[in-house]
Amino acid sequence: MSPTQLLLTLLLLTAGGFYIGRRQAFAVSSTKGGPKVLHSRPTYYGSLTALWCAVPALIVFSFWLAFESSVITDIMIAALPEDIRTLPADRLNLIVNDIRNLVSGNIVGGKISPAIQAAADHYRSMKATSHAALSVLVVALAIVAILGIRKVISPALRARNHVENVIKVLLIACSTLAIFTTIGIVLSVLYEAIRFFQIIPISEFLLGLEWSPQMAIRADQVGSSGAFGAIPVFLGTMLISAIAMCVAVPIGLMSAIYLSEYANKKFRSVAKPLLEILAGIPTVVYGFFAALIVAPFIRNMGANVGMDVSSESALAAGLVMGIMIIPFVSSLSDDVINAVPQSLRDGAYGLGSTQSETITKVVIPAALPGIVGGVLLAVSRAIGETMIVVMAAGLSANLTLNPLKTVTTVTVQIVTLLVGDQEFDSPKTLAAFALGLLLFIITLILNVIALVVVRKYREQYE
Amino acid sequence: MQMTAAEQTAEQAEADMKQEEATPEETVKKSGKRKLVAREERATVGEMAVENPRMSCRNVDVYYNFGEKKAINNISLDIGRNEVIAMIGPSGCGKSTFLRCLNRMNDTIEGCQVKGEISMDGKNIYDKDVDVVPLRAQVGMVFQKPNPFPKSIYENIAYGPKIHGLVQNRDETDELVENSLKRAGLWNEVKDRLDQPGTGLSGGQQQRLCIARTIAVNPEIILMDEPCSALDPIATAIIEDLIDELKQEYTIAIVTHSMQQASRVSQRTAYFHLGDLIEIGPTDQIFLNPLHQLTEDYITGRFG
Ligand SMILES: Nc1ncnc2c1ncn2[C@@H]1O[C@H](COP(=O)(O)OP(=O)(O)OP(=O)(O)O)[C@@H](O)[C@H]1O
Ligand SMILES: [Mg+2]
Repeated sequence: MSPTQLLLTLLLLTAGGFYIGRRQAFAVSSTKGGPKVLHSRPTYYGSLTALWCAVPALIVFSFWLAFESSVITDIMIAALPEDIRTLPADRLNLIVNDIRNLVSGNIVGGKISPAIQAAADHYRSMKATSHAALSVLVVALAIVAILGIRKVISPALRARNHVENVIKVLLIACSTLAIFTTIGIVLSVLYEAIRFFQIIPISEFLLGLEWSPQMAIRADQVGSSGAFGAIPVFLGTMLISAIAMCVAVPIGLMSAIYLSEYANKKFRSVAKPLLEILAGIPTVVYGFFAALIVAPFIRNMGANVGMDVSSESALAAGLVMGIMIIPFVSSLSDDVINAVPQSLRDGAYGLGSTQSETITKVVIPAALPGIVGGVLLAVSRAIGETMIVVMAAGLSANLTLNPLKTVTTVTVQIVTLLVGDQEFDSPKTLAAFALGLLLFIITLILNVIALVVVRKYREQYE
Repeated sequence: MQMTAAEQTAEQAEADMKQEEATPEETVKKSGKRKLVAREERATVGEMAVENPRMSCRNVDVYYNFGEKKAINNISLDIGRNEVIAMIGPSGCGKSTFLRCLNRMNDTIEGCQVKGEISMDGKNIYDKDVDVVPLRAQVGMVFQKPNPFPKSIYENIAYGPKIHGLVQNRDETDELVENSLKRAGLWNEVKDRLDQPGTGLSGGQQQRLCIARTIAVNPEIILMDEPCSALDPIATAIIEDLIDELKQEYTIAIVTHSMQQASRVSQRTAYFHLGDLIEIGPTDQIFLNPLHQLTEDYITGRFG
């Protein structure tokens, strides 16, 4: 049986197991006064049987498939003729690849020697044997499990507790999956970053004021000295994010206040989705809006008043990015402002507050933690944004706070470091991981703050 | 839902009555030695007008959901100066709705419409030129559900006086806060934790906090919607003493489910039933000699 067929068979067996378990539960209870003498409801006995049928078989199935190909390859290599087997590792790899391709019927470059053809046949037959063995094993395991559970089903069997435990384990596994993925990503980035810090000292990276990530190919080359100071890059990120927040927070917050406190239901139901559409526009569209319309506009304005504005400026990128994240601020703030109970507003009105006093002194303070949470999420979003900056703010890392100058950001630098042809162990490439790690730490801190604030907000009223 | 349940009960009661009585066209029924107005009669019984009223309502109708649901039906009632008027009646009969008309709190409910005339010292408070903000400062309200702000206990009290400029500096505020909390009988319990959130108090303490908050802005008329529903007898007695004290200077309208409380604190009592004002009169008379069959049913526990 092919793995797919086997899975289908297992599914059928599981369904059968459920049915058998359930019937057995009815059967063992029938002589003792009906299903109510059972510890759990009959479906739980069915589920228990089905679980025992499916889970061990699935585990065996997946482990088998995971290791099958490497084990078979090893056996095949061992059986290869002496002269091929003793080839250097990379040549051998090529041949093994050829053999695998041959097995799966792909076109193989070069001519096929009889030894390789034999190896391919060997491989194919071993694979067939392995699948057959797996099928027998899995089906046998499933059937044994069904029969075994069927035997132990008795009114005293605590089937519900067993099933619920299994489900709980499943839930735990799912919830830890995300955590482990995150940890995995962090560890791999960390590993590469450490390799970077072995070449460039960490103090130079964190405190250096100059960023020009080149590595000389020849020692006497022009511009052979690279500089890996992250400060200009992070300053650029901060500058652009700050400009973006200056746009997004006031506009977002005020539109949220208008929508939730002043606008009537009809206007709200139209305006809110429209605002949220802003979040759905691809950032690359914002990017060329920024690069082709906003940046030249700012430059011309600057030229008119006699200021020197570079054609790619932090201001252009920041403004457009601010527009992009307005919906994050407004939509989240609108939600938390709406969540403030009407009774609080009534209390304020009942004391003779005006509407604006009620909003500024009662509603906003009550919603503030939630609003802060929303703003922090927007900040994370601004820091992580790449496309707009690439297109509108330029690539050169200037150490400046002047929003009219070209700056660059962490994410942009990561992109430029990793596109193009580089060896994977030059400091230039590894620097991307160091930047990534630092950026990750910063956004993580922001998110933790946001989470803590939001959690505190839950305890506010009630 | 309450309304429909109550309606069913009322219909039931009427059906029962029709079975009992041989002459349904008779609207006055003999009960003991007194003559009571029959249950299906909905016009207000008793003298609703007083001389020189503080507030006066004429033919007030209130609708919810843009006129879909009528919550109050043609109510006319005067509230006298320095009087405590109690409003009683089964749940859902419109007591809170009526109370909220008196300081225009119903304005904040979308789709709520008030018809008729409600005037304060002869001036219709629903006129276009009336500003609700000073009106609500004059007509304070304690809500049915305690709703302290998520601020500190101190700030809860100080909020109102601050926005109205009743206090100039920290000392005055401290004094006012202490005074208000004392009058509401909460001071001893919270004096050591004024900086803690008002939402952290128990339900009864929150209710007294809201009362203290209301009296801190010094309103002339106080509307109290079941101010003692979550209070123990001791705290209730404190609040009732407060009401007695306040009525020297203020006018108070109080909704209560406790008939003992109504008879202890009020001079006049109004009985509401399914949106109608059934009977209004001096408290003693309402509880001892009600004129309407529904009132008698309610106070003797046969209804609600
Ligand atoms: N915001 C609202 N929207 C729609 N209907 C409402 C609203 N508030 C109250 N009602 C309805 O109006 C009627 C009167 O309600 P109200 O709150 O005045 O009753 P109540 O006499 O205060 O009752 P209780 O003693 O339970 O507080 C009820 O039928 C209620 O369902
Ligand atoms: Mg009420």
